[in-house]
Amino acid sequence: MKTKLHDVAHSRAGDKGNTLTLSLIPYKPDDYTLLCDQVTAEAVKNHLRDIVAGEVTRYDLPNLPALQFVCQRALTGGVTTSLTMDTHGKSLSYALLEMTIDI
Amino acid sequence: MKEHVRIGCGAGFSGDRLEPAVILVQQGQLDYLVLECLAERTIALAQKRKRQDPTQGYDPLLERRMESLLPHLLEKKVRLITNMGAANPLAAAEKVLAIARRQKVSVTVAVVTGDDVRSQLTGDEPSLETGKPLSDSGTLISANAYLGTDAILPALATDADIIITGRVADPSLFVAPLVHEFGWSMDNTNQIGQGTVIGHLLECAGQLTGGYFADPGRKDVPDMAHLGHPFADVSPDGMAVFSKVDGTGGVVSAATAKEQLLYEVMDPGRYITPDVIADFTQVRLAETGPNQVRATGGRGQTRPDTLKVSVGYDAGFIGEGEISYAGSNALGRAKLAGDIIQERLQDRFPDLRVDYIGSTSVHRTSFGHYPDPYEIRLRVAGRAATAKDAALVGEEVEALYTNGPAGGGGARKYVHEIVGIISTLIDRNKITSNVTVLHT
Repeated sequence: MKTKLHDVAHSRAGDKGNTLTLSLIPYKPDDYTLLCDQVTAEAVKNHLRDIVAGEVTRYDLPNLPALQFVCQRALTGGVTTSLTMDTHGKSLSYALLEMTIDI
Repeated sequence: MKEHVRIGCGAGFSGDRLEPAVILVQQGQLDYLVLECLAERTIALAQKRKRQDPTQGYDPLLERRMESLLPHLLEKKVRLITNMGAANPLAAAEKVLAIARRQKVSVTVAVVTGDDVRSQLTGDEPSLETGKPLSDSGTLISANAYLGTDAILPALATDADIIITGRVADPSLFVAPLVHEFGWSMDNTNQIGQGTVIGHLLECAGQLTGGYFADPGRKDVPDMAHLGHPFADVSPDGMAVFSKVDGTGGVVSAATAKEQLLYEVMDPGRYITPDVIADFTQVRLAETGPNQVRATGGRGQTRPDTLKVSVGYDAGFIGEGEISYAGSNALGRAKLAGDIIQERLQDRFPDLRVDYIGSTSVHRTSFGHYPDPYEIRLRVAGRAATAKDAALVGEEVEALYTNGPAGGGGARKYVHEIVGIISTLIDRNKITSNVTVLHT
């Protein structure tokens, strides 16, 4: 069965210059493996292809548990000079949570 | 040595709410209150104000915050550490003294300076973002090095009630009082790493207590209207328990702490500050009671030899215009309006941005799933060298009233001055910080 990440995990977006950070935290720690298997850096890069122009790196934090995605060239030039409305990309946590996985 | 030190964070950005800090001081039994109010852009804007008036250039909300806080800080003997000095920490201190005299109380303020390195830069230094010389980006306005704990410690060693800084790394505002109280060695990188975890969890204030967290039905947060801000009880070994004042709104849970721990972290194994390269990967967060989370396991490696310098430059002006369409074919009419504006402005604004609010304006996509919305707001933005040229964008959007598609309403136009931020590195040995103590 397919489900949105929004059903199984939560996320907060952060910014540094033109780089976007996205945490992905399962509501149930047992779902961490599921996220590790399916929410790969490649899958996220593909899902966010209209948003992220650069590389996506995933960091695994099994002790929390949580994943952290660092997305390069994702904020149309950066917080201070971008012409977009959400210059920080703060709303983009919910773009990640639109991704679907199999459960 | 104290059995534990309690540090509260009453503001996580320049525009943060005023009331939670007052509640923290009145009811939180704090040892220290930290107010973190200085974003990268804020200091460049403050530098511009200082240039126009040498008595300005500190945080615009300093006066309001201090008027409500000062009597409580003195009554409860809570020391305040804040970066509200922005581009002019000495003027900020003079303002605090003036408020104290008006309130007929005596206060001692220690001011940390040395972060302003504009005069040390030529503009030829490479930007970390572009790789090109800093001055290629535009006329430089400000350059502030991120000072660390070692710059704040001499201020804590005085009898100051209030410590005011300019640009300091946010976690250092919290690490400094821990080092001061517990006598931690700056060479004990694991201890400083754990202190940095504590600072990072606290520095955005309400973001640890359920602010920026709620998603009704999934992540419910009680009584958000009265959201409390957090404090941490830190033991001499660095173990920290985070909570908030009883009776305030919000929630402190493992989930809120996880979101904040990873917030703006580029590499969880290497979180670089002037104090340490902190490692968050072994951090453990455990709920130890209602609205109570314990954090342990922060570690670290030796601090870098360089400090990051945040550089502000003039980036011209952005002009914006907005107009709404609703009902049948709202998106169709908004898109026609967007096309018309593009055609009218493309020669003057080659990178004009057209957004459809209610559809694709903030995610820049809708992942192909959603039906046309009932109403849409067209928003157009363009960059120009002068305010007059930037205003053309809003003027053309407003003119859609009589020169665009049917049924446009609620046009608005704006012009903003833009300060860009880039950064570079500076040898830490080139930076000398100073502490100035002032009394009423």
